[in-house]
Amino acid sequence: MQPQPEQYSFDFHKETAEIVAESHDELKIKLGEFAGPLDLLLYLIRQEQANIFDIPIAKITDEYLTYIRMMKRLDIAVAADFLVMAAQLIEIKSKMLLPCDPMAAEEEEIEDPRKELIDRLLEYEKFKAAAEMLYERTTIEQAVFARGKIESDDNNAEISATVFDLLSVFEKILARHKDEVKMEIEREEITLADMIRNLKKRIFDAGELSVIEFFSELETKRELVTAFVAVLEIVRTESIRLMQRKTFGDIILKKVQE
Amino acid sequence: MAETAEAKEHRELNDLSRAVEALIFVADEPISIKLLAEVLEEDRELIESVVEELVNSYEERNSGLQLRQIAGGWQISTRTECHEDVRKFLKTRPSAKLSLASLETLAVIAYKQPVTVPEILEIRGVQSASAIKTLLEKRLIVTKGHKETVGRPMQYGTSKEFLIHFGLKDLADLPSIEDFEDLVSS
Repeated sequence: MQPQPEQYSFDFHKETAEIVAESHDELKIKLGEFAGPLDLLLYLIRQEQANIFDIPIAKITDEYLTYIRMMKRLDIAVAADFLVMAAQLIEIKSKMLLPCDPMAAEEEEIEDPRKELIDRLLEYEKFKAAAEMLYERTTIEQAVFARGKIESDDNNAEISATVFDLLSVFEKILARHKDEVKMEIEREEITLADMIRNLKKRIFDAGELSVIEFFSELETKRELVTAFVAVLEIVRTESIRLMQRKTFGDIILKKVQE
Repeated sequence: MAETAEAKEHRELNDLSRAVEALIFVADEPISIKLLAEVLEEDRELIESVVEELVNSYEERNSGLQLRQIAGGWQISTRTECHEDVRKFLKTRPSAKLSLASLETLAVIAYKQPVTVPEILEIRGVQSASAIKTLLEKRLIVTKGHKETVGRPMQYGTSKEFLIHFGLKDLADLPSIEDFEDLVSS
Protein backbone atom coordinates (compact mmCIF):
# COMPACT_ATOMS: atom_id res chain seq x y z
CA MET A 1 0.00 0.00 0.00
CA GLN A 2 1.16 3.51 -0.78
CA PRO A 3 1.14 5.57 2.38
CA GLN A 4 1.52 8.89 0.58
CA PRO A 5 -1.67 10.89 0.14
CA GLU A 6 -3.01 11.44 -3.33
CA GLN A 7 -3.51 14.84 -4.81
CA TYR A 8 -6.94 14.14 -6.13
CA SER A 9 -9.74 12.34 -4.49
CA PHE A 10 -13.28 11.56 -5.39
CA ASP A 11 -15.94 8.98 -4.81
CA PHE A 12 -17.12 7.25 -7.91
CA HIS A 13 -20.73 7.30 -6.83
CA LYS A 14 -20.94 10.48 -4.85
CA GLU A 15 -18.72 13.01 -6.49
CA THR A 16 -19.10 12.60 -10.20
CA ALA A 17 -20.80 15.57 -11.70
CA GLU A 18 -24.52 15.58 -11.93
CA ILE A 19 -27.06 17.84 -13.46
CA VAL A 20 -29.66 18.08 -10.75
CA ALA A 21 -32.72 19.55 -12.37
CA GLU A 22 -33.76 21.15 -15.58
CA SER A 23 -36.26 23.94 -16.06
CA HIS A 24 -36.85 25.81 -19.28
CA ASP A 25 -33.51 26.34 -20.91
CA GLU A 26 -31.66 26.22 -17.66
CA LEU A 27 -29.82 23.24 -16.38
CA LYS A 28 -28.94 23.13 -12.76
CA ILE A 29 -25.77 21.28 -12.11
CA LYS A 30 -24.16 19.89 -9.10
CA LEU A 31 -20.59 20.85 -9.67
CA GLY A 32 -18.22 18.02 -9.97
CA GLU A 33 -16.07 16.48 -12.54
CA PHE A 34 -16.99 15.13 -15.91
CA ALA A 35 -13.97 13.19 -17.03
CA GLY A 36 -14.37 14.53 -20.56
CA PRO A 37 -16.81 15.42 -23.33
CA LEU A 38 -17.73 11.76 -23.91
CA ASP A 39 -18.50 11.38 -20.22
CA LEU A 40 -20.78 14.41 -20.36
CA LEU A 41 -22.48 13.16 -23.52
CA LEU A 42 -23.13 9.74 -22.01
CA TYR A 43 -24.59 11.43 -18.98
CA LEU A 44 -26.95 13.56 -21.09
CA ILE A 45 -28.05 10.53 -23.11
CA ARG A 46 -28.76 8.55 -19.95
CA GLN A 47 -30.62 11.52 -18.49
CA GLU A 48 -32.88 11.60 -21.54
CA GLN A 49 -33.23 7.82 -21.28
CA ALA A 50 -32.38 7.78 -24.94
CA ASN A 51 -31.13 4.80 -26.89
CA ILE A 52 -27.46 5.14 -27.52
CA PHE A 53 -27.92 3.70 -31.03
CA ASP A 54 -30.53 6.33 -31.82
CA ILE A 55 -29.36 9.51 -30.14
CA PRO A 56 -31.82 12.42 -30.40
CA ILE A 57 -28.98 14.55 -31.67
CA ALA A 58 -30.76 17.92 -31.78
CA LYS A 59 -31.87 17.71 -28.17
CA ILE A 60 -28.57 16.34 -26.89
CA THR A 61 -26.62 18.99 -28.79
CA ASP A 62 -28.73 21.74 -27.26
CA GLU A 63 -28.24 20.37 -23.77
CA TYR A 64 -24.55 19.92 -24.35
CA LEU A 65 -24.19 23.54 -25.48
CA THR A 66 -26.28 24.75 -22.55
CA TYR A 67 -23.93 22.94 -20.21
CA ILE A 68 -20.86 24.48 -21.83
CA ARG A 69 -22.38 27.97 -21.70
CA MET A 70 -23.17 27.52 -18.06
CA MET A 71 -19.65 26.45 -17.30
CA LYS A 72 -18.46 29.62 -18.96
CA ARG A 73 -20.93 31.71 -16.99
CA LEU A 74 -19.64 30.15 -13.81
CA ASP A 75 -16.16 31.07 -14.96
CA ILE A 76 -15.06 27.49 -15.19
CA ALA A 77 -12.42 27.10 -17.83
CA VAL A 78 -13.90 24.93 -20.54
CA ALA A 79 -11.30 22.56 -21.88
CA ALA A 80 -10.71 22.76 -25.60
CA ASP A 81 -11.76 19.10 -25.93
CA PHE A 82 -15.29 20.01 -24.83
CA LEU A 83 -15.44 22.64 -27.56
CA VAL A 84 -14.17 20.20 -30.19
CA MET A 85 -17.01 17.86 -29.27
CA ALA A 86 -19.51 20.75 -29.45
CA ALA A 87 -18.36 21.46 -33.00
CA GLN A 88 -18.68 17.78 -33.92
CA LEU A 89 -22.20 17.62 -32.50
CA ILE A 90 -23.26 20.68 -34.49
CA GLU A 91 -21.77 19.14 -37.62
CA ILE A 92 -23.70 15.91 -37.10
CA LYS A 93 -26.88 17.83 -36.36
CA SER A 94 -26.59 19.85 -39.58
CA LYS A 95 -25.80 16.74 -41.63
CA MET A 96 -28.96 15.12 -40.33
CA LEU A 97 -31.01 18.13 -41.36
CA LEU A 98 -29.84 17.86 -44.93
CA PRO A 99 -32.21 15.94 -47.17
CA CYS A 100 -30.81 12.79 -48.71
CA ASP A 101 -29.52 13.01 -52.21
CA PRO A 102 -32.33 11.32 -54.17
CA MET A 103 -29.92 10.40 -56.98
CA ALA A 104 -27.35 8.69 -54.79
CA ALA A 105 -29.80 7.02 -52.46
CA GLU A 106 -30.37 3.87 -54.41
CA GLU A 107 -26.87 2.76 -55.10
CA GLU A 108 -24.89 3.78 -52.04
CA GLU A 109 -25.95 3.01 -48.60
CA ILE A 110 -26.10 6.25 -46.69
CA GLU A 111 -24.17 6.13 -43.48
CA ASP A 112 -25.77 7.51 -40.39
CA PRO A 113 -23.80 10.67 -39.54
CA ARG A 114 -24.03 9.62 -35.90
CA LYS A 115 -22.29 6.30 -36.45
CA GLU A 116 -18.75 7.42 -35.66
CA LEU A 117 -19.91 9.15 -32.49
CA ILE A 118 -21.88 6.08 -31.40
CA ASP A 119 -18.83 3.87 -31.89
CA ARG A 120 -16.69 6.22 -29.86
CA LEU A 121 -19.27 6.38 -27.07
CA LEU A 122 -19.54 2.59 -26.90
CA GLU A 123 -15.76 2.22 -26.85
CA TYR A 124 -15.41 4.91 -24.20
CA GLU A 125 -18.13 3.38 -22.06
CA LYS A 126 -16.18 0.12 -21.80
CA PHE A 127 -13.14 1.91 -20.45
CA LYS A 128 -15.27 3.92 -18.08
CA ALA A 129 -16.57 0.63 -16.70
CA ALA A 130 -12.99 -0.66 -16.50
CA ALA A 131 -12.03 2.49 -14.56
CA GLU A 132 -14.82 1.75 -12.11
CA MET A 133 -13.53 -1.80 -11.74
CA LEU A 134 -10.07 -0.42 -10.89
CA TYR A 135 -11.69 1.92 -8.38
CA GLU A 136 -13.40 -0.98 -6.67
CA ARG A 137 -10.21 -3.01 -6.62
CA THR A 138 -8.43 -0.14 -4.86
CA THR A 139 -11.08 -0.20 -2.15
CA ILE A 140 -10.45 -3.89 -1.56
CA GLU A 141 -6.68 -3.51 -1.68
CA GLN A 142 -6.81 -0.73 0.89
CA ALA A 143 -8.09 -3.26 3.39
CA VAL A 144 -5.02 -5.45 2.91
CA PHE A 145 -1.71 -4.66 4.57
CA ALA A 146 1.64 -6.15 3.72
CA ARG A 147 4.69 -6.04 5.91
CA GLY A 148 6.65 -2.77 6.03
CA LYS A 149 10.19 -2.47 4.78
CA ILE A 150 12.86 -4.45 6.57
CA GLU A 151 16.18 -2.67 7.02
CA SER A 152 18.66 -3.87 4.49
CA ASP A 153 21.48 -2.43 2.41
CA ASP A 154 19.14 -1.92 -0.46
CA ASN A 155 16.68 0.39 1.21
CA ASN A 156 18.75 1.78 4.01
CA ALA A 157 20.93 4.80 3.49
CA GLU A 158 19.75 5.63 0.03
CA ILE A 159 17.82 8.77 -0.59
CA SER A 160 16.29 9.00 -3.97
CA ALA A 161 17.82 11.96 -5.78
CA THR A 162 15.88 14.45 -7.84
CA VAL A 163 16.70 16.28 -11.03
CA PHE A 164 17.54 19.31 -8.89
CA ASP A 165 20.21 17.36 -7.01
CA LEU A 166 21.55 16.36 -10.38
CA LEU A 167 21.62 19.98 -11.52
CA SER A 168 23.58 21.11 -8.48
CA VAL A 169 26.18 18.39 -9.00
CA PHE A 170 26.43 19.39 -12.63
CA GLU A 171 26.97 23.02 -11.69
CA LYS A 172 29.80 22.04 -9.36
CA ILE A 173 31.49 20.16 -12.14
CA LEU A 174 31.07 23.01 -14.58
CA ALA A 175 32.53 25.41 -12.04
CA ARG A 176 35.53 23.16 -11.62
CA HIS A 177 36.04 23.17 -15.36
CA LYS A 178 35.97 26.95 -15.52
CA ASP A 179 39.28 27.21 -13.72
CA GLU A 180 41.07 25.02 -16.16
CA VAL A 181 42.24 26.93 -19.18
CA LYS A 182 42.05 24.75 -22.18
CA MET A 183 42.55 25.28 -25.85
CA GLU A 184 39.79 23.82 -27.89
CA ILE A 185 40.97 23.41 -31.42
CA GLU A 186 39.93 20.06 -32.65
CA ARG A 187 36.29 19.39 -32.44
CA GLU A 188 35.63 15.83 -31.68
CA GLU A 189 31.97 15.81 -31.15
CA ILE A 190 29.93 13.06 -29.70
CA THR A 191 26.26 12.97 -30.56
CA LEU A 192 23.55 12.69 -27.94
CA ALA A 193 22.52 9.29 -29.29
CA ASP A 194 26.09 7.98 -28.91
CA MET A 195 26.33 9.44 -25.45
CA ILE A 196 23.07 7.77 -24.41
CA ARG A 197 24.21 4.44 -25.85
CA ASN A 198 27.54 4.70 -24.09
CA LEU A 199 25.96 5.70 -20.79
CA LYS A 200 23.33 2.97 -20.99
CA LYS A 201 25.94 0.31 -21.65
CA ARG A 202 28.02 1.39 -18.68
CA ILE A 203 25.06 1.41 -16.31
CA PHE A 204 23.75 -1.93 -17.47
CA ASP A 205 27.21 -3.53 -17.38
CA ALA A 206 28.06 -2.37 -13.89
CA GLY A 207 24.56 -2.16 -12.42
CA GLU A 208 25.25 1.38 -11.29
CA LEU A 209 27.36 4.40 -12.18
CA SER A 210 28.44 7.47 -10.27
CA VAL A 211 27.40 10.68 -12.00
CA ILE A 212 30.52 12.53 -10.80
CA GLU A 213 32.73 9.77 -12.12
CA PHE A 214 30.98 9.83 -15.46
CA PHE A 215 31.10 13.61 -15.82
CA SER A 216 34.71 13.93 -14.74
CA GLU A 217 35.89 11.78 -17.62
CA LEU A 218 34.63 14.36 -20.05
CA GLU A 219 36.68 17.25 -21.34
CA THR A 220 34.74 20.00 -23.01
CA LYS A 221 31.72 21.89 -21.87
CA ARG A 222 29.89 20.68 -24.95
CA GLU A 223 30.50 17.08 -23.97
CA LEU A 224 29.39 17.77 -20.43
CA VAL A 225 26.14 19.30 -21.58
CA THR A 226 25.53 16.39 -23.91
CA ALA A 227 26.24 14.01 -21.04
CA PHE A 228 23.85 15.87 -18.78
CA VAL A 229 21.05 15.72 -21.33
CA ALA A 230 21.86 12.02 -21.82
CA VAL A 231 21.44 11.41 -18.09
CA LEU A 232 18.07 13.18 -18.04
CA GLU A 233 16.91 11.26 -21.09
CA ILE A 234 18.03 7.89 -19.78
CA VAL A 235 16.30 8.39 -16.45
CA ARG A 236 13.11 9.31 -18.28
CA THR A 237 13.10 6.46 -20.78
CA GLU A 238 14.91 3.54 -19.18
CA SER A 239 14.37 1.66 -15.97
CA ILE A 240 17.15 3.54 -14.27
CA ARG A 241 16.85 5.39 -10.99
CA LEU A 242 18.75 8.33 -9.54
CA MET A 243 19.80 7.92 -5.95
CA GLN A 244 22.08 9.35 -3.33
CA ARG A 245 23.72 7.46 -0.49
CA LYS A 246 23.64 10.61 1.61
CA THR A 247 22.19 14.09 1.29
CA PHE A 248 24.31 16.33 -0.98
CA GLY A 249 26.42 13.30 -1.81
CA ASP A 250 27.29 11.84 -5.16
CA ILE A 251 24.42 10.79 -7.37
CA ILE A 252 24.28 7.21 -8.52
CA LEU A 253 22.53 6.01 -11.62
CA LYS A 254 21.16 2.63 -10.74
CA LYS A 255 19.46 -0.04 -12.77
CA VAL A 256 16.02 -0.84 -11.39
CA GLN A 257 15.70 -4.50 -10.51
CA GLU A 258 12.92 -6.08 -12.51
CA MET B 1 15.41 -48.50 6.05
CA ALA B 2 12.64 -47.30 3.76
CA GLU B 3 10.82 -45.92 6.72
CA THR B 4 13.71 -43.77 7.87
CA ALA B 5 14.25 -42.42 4.35
CA GLU B 6 10.64 -41.45 4.24
CA ALA B 7 10.86 -39.82 7.62
CA LYS B 8 13.96 -37.93 6.55
CA GLU B 9 12.25 -36.67 3.43
CA HIS B 10 9.29 -35.63 5.48
CA ARG B 11 11.44 -33.68 7.89
CA GLU B 12 13.15 -31.94 4.99
CA LEU B 13 9.81 -30.97 3.59
CA ASN B 14 8.94 -29.38 6.91
CA ASP B 15 12.22 -27.47 6.93
CA LEU B 16 11.64 -26.38 3.37
CA SER B 17 8.15 -25.16 4.20
CA ARG B 18 9.56 -23.08 7.05
CA ALA B 19 12.25 -21.59 4.83
CA VAL B 20 9.76 -20.75 2.07
CA GLU B 21 7.48 -19.01 4.54
CA ALA B 22 10.40 -17.04 6.01
CA LEU B 23 11.57 -15.87 2.58
CA ILE B 24 8.09 -14.80 1.53
CA PHE B 25 7.86 -12.88 4.78
CA VAL B 26 11.13 -10.96 4.40
CA ALA B 27 10.83 -10.21 0.69
CA ASP B 28 10.05 -6.55 0.04
CA GLU B 29 8.06 -7.40 -3.05
CA PRO B 30 6.01 -10.45 -3.96
CA ILE B 31 8.58 -13.20 -4.45
CA SER B 32 8.34 -15.56 -7.42
CA ILE B 33 8.45 -19.36 -7.30
CA LYS B 34 11.47 -19.12 -9.59
CA LEU B 35 13.42 -16.98 -7.14
CA LEU B 36 12.41 -19.15 -4.19
CA ALA B 37 13.60 -22.23 -6.08
CA GLU B 38 16.91 -20.55 -6.89
CA VAL B 39 17.64 -19.41 -3.36
CA LEU B 40 16.62 -22.71 -1.76
CA GLU B 41 18.15 -24.80 -4.55
CA GLU B 42 15.08 -26.90 -5.05
CA ASP B 43 12.81 -27.83 -7.92
CA ARG B 44 10.16 -25.34 -8.86
CA GLU B 45 7.48 -28.02 -8.72
CA LEU B 46 8.43 -28.86 -5.15
CA ILE B 47 8.41 -25.19 -4.11
CA GLU B 48 5.06 -24.78 -5.79
CA SER B 49 3.51 -27.63 -3.84
CA VAL B 50 5.05 -26.33 -0.60
CA VAL B 51 3.56 -22.88 -1.23
CA GLU B 52 0.20 -24.41 -2.00
CA GLU B 53 0.30 -26.31 1.26
CA LEU B 54 1.25 -23.13 3.13
CA VAL B 55 -1.73 -21.33 1.60
CA ASN B 56 -3.98 -24.14 2.83
CA SER B 57 -2.49 -24.09 6.30
CA TYR B 58 -3.19 -20.35 6.59
CA GLU B 59 -6.78 -20.99 5.55
CA GLU B 60 -7.23 -23.96 7.84
CA ARG B 61 -6.20 -22.26 11.03
CA ASN B 62 -8.28 -19.17 10.22
CA SER B 63 -5.19 -16.99 10.27
CA GLY B 64 -5.24 -13.20 10.33
CA LEU B 65 -2.68 -13.41 7.58
CA GLN B 66 -3.04 -14.68 4.08
CA LEU B 67 -0.56 -15.95 1.54
CA ARG B 68 -1.58 -14.62 -1.83
CA GLN B 69 -0.39 -14.53 -5.38
CA ILE B 70 0.19 -11.04 -6.67
CA ALA B 71 2.28 -9.42 -9.42
CA GLY B 72 3.82 -12.73 -10.45
CA GLY B 73 4.90 -13.68 -6.94
CA TRP B 74 3.74 -14.58 -3.45
CA GLN B 75 3.14 -12.23 -0.57
CA ILE B 76 2.06 -12.44 3.05
CA SER B 77 -0.50 -9.84 4.01
CA THR B 78 -3.30 -9.27 6.48
CA ARG B 79 -6.80 -10.39 5.68
CA THR B 80 -9.37 -7.84 4.54
CA GLU B 81 -11.58 -8.91 7.46
CA CYS B 82 -9.05 -7.46 9.90
CA HIS B 83 -8.75 -4.06 8.27
CA GLU B 84 -10.66 -2.10 10.88
CA ASP B 85 -8.50 -3.31 13.75
CA VAL B 86 -5.33 -2.85 11.73
CA ARG B 87 -6.30 0.71 10.87
CA LYS B 88 -7.15 1.44 14.48
CA PHE B 89 -3.69 0.28 15.49
CA LEU B 90 -1.85 2.02 12.66
CA LYS B 91 -3.99 5.13 13.12
CA THR B 92 -4.30 5.52 9.37
CA ARG B 93 -7.23 6.21 7.15
CA PRO B 94 -7.57 4.82 3.65
CA SER B 95 -5.45 6.99 1.39
CA ALA B 96 -7.29 9.04 -1.17
CA LYS B 97 -7.87 7.37 -4.47
CA LEU B 98 -6.93 8.34 -7.98
CA SER B 99 -9.06 10.92 -9.78
CA LEU B 100 -11.67 9.86 -12.31
CA ALA B 101 -9.46 11.15 -15.14
CA SER B 102 -6.44 9.21 -13.82
CA LEU B 103 -8.44 6.00 -13.42
CA GLU B 104 -9.85 6.24 -16.93
CA THR B 105 -6.40 6.92 -18.36
CA LEU B 106 -5.00 4.01 -16.40
CA ALA B 107 -7.78 1.73 -17.65
CA VAL B 108 -7.00 2.65 -21.26
CA ILE B 109 -3.28 2.08 -20.71
CA ALA B 110 -3.87 -1.24 -18.94
CA TYR B 111 -6.00 -2.65 -21.75
CA LYS B 112 -4.33 -1.07 -24.76
CA GLN B 113 -0.65 -1.18 -23.82
CA PRO B 114 1.71 -0.22 -25.26
CA VAL B 115 -0.29 2.89 -26.05
CA THR B 116 0.58 6.47 -27.03
CA VAL B 117 -0.90 9.76 -25.81
CA PRO B 118 -2.82 10.39 -29.10
CA GLU B 119 -4.33 6.90 -28.87
CA ILE B 120 -5.49 7.59 -25.31
CA LEU B 121 -6.96 10.91 -26.47
CA GLU B 122 -8.86 9.09 -29.22
CA ILE B 123 -10.60 6.84 -26.69
CA ARG B 124 -11.15 9.30 -23.86
CA GLY B 125 -11.89 12.33 -26.05
CA VAL B 126 -9.89 14.52 -23.70
CA GLN B 127 -6.25 15.40 -23.07
CA SER B 128 -4.69 13.15 -20.46
CA ALA B 129 -1.36 14.89 -19.84
CA SER B 130 -1.83 15.60 -16.14
CA ALA B 131 -3.29 12.15 -15.51
CA ILE B 132 -0.28 10.56 -17.19
CA LYS B 133 2.05 12.68 -15.07
CA THR B 134 0.27 11.57 -11.89
CA LEU B 135 0.39 7.91 -12.94
CA LEU B 136 4.10 8.14 -13.80
CA GLU B 137 4.84 9.79 -10.45
CA LYS B 138 3.01 7.00 -8.66
CA ARG B 139 4.95 4.48 -10.76
CA LEU B 140 1.72 2.83 -11.85
CA ILE B 141 2.76 3.22 -15.47
CA VAL B 142 6.13 3.18 -17.21
CA THR B 143 7.37 4.31 -20.59
CA LYS B 144 7.70 1.55 -23.15
CA GLY B 145 9.90 3.18 -25.78
CA HIS B 146 8.92 5.20 -28.83
CA LYS B 147 6.41 4.09 -31.41
CA GLU B 148 7.98 4.03 -34.86
CA THR B 149 5.47 6.33 -36.48
CA VAL B 150 5.21 10.03 -37.31
CA GLY B 151 6.61 12.04 -34.42
CA ARG B 152 7.86 8.91 -32.64
CA PRO B 153 5.40 9.32 -29.73
CA MET B 154 6.25 7.75 -26.37
CA GLN B 155 4.37 4.57 -25.52
CA TYR B 156 3.12 3.72 -22.05
CA GLY B 157 2.32 0.49 -20.26
CA THR B 158 1.50 -0.57 -16.72
CA SER B 159 4.18 -1.41 -14.16
CA LYS B 160 4.65 -4.14 -11.58
CA GLU B 161 3.55 -1.53 -9.05
CA PHE B 162 0.21 -1.43 -10.91
CA LEU B 163 -0.29 -5.16 -10.35
CA ILE B 164 0.56 -4.80 -6.66
CA HIS B 165 -1.62 -1.72 -6.20
CA PHE B 166 -4.68 -3.43 -7.69
CA GLY B 167 -3.98 -6.88 -6.27
CA LEU B 168 -3.53 -8.61 -9.62
CA LYS B 169 -1.57 -11.80 -10.28
CA ASP B 170 -0.65 -10.62 -13.76
CA LEU B 171 -2.22 -8.67 -16.62
CA ALA B 172 -4.26 -11.70 -17.66
CA ASP B 173 -5.91 -11.46 -14.24
CA LEU B 174 -7.73 -8.32 -15.41
CA PRO B 175 -11.28 -9.01 -16.54
CA SER B 176 -11.51 -9.00 -20.33
CA ILE B 177 -12.51 -5.65 -21.82
CA GLU B 178 -15.25 -7.42 -23.75
CA ASP B 179 -16.88 -8.33 -20.45
CA PHE B 180 -17.45 -4.66 -19.89
CA GLU B 181 -19.20 -4.48 -23.22
CA ASP B 182 -21.77 -6.99 -21.97
CA LEU B 183 -22.05 -5.08 -18.74
CA VAL B 184 -22.61 -1.80 -20.56
CA SER B 185 -25.21 -3.06 -22.99
CA SER B 186 -27.23 -4.91 -20.39
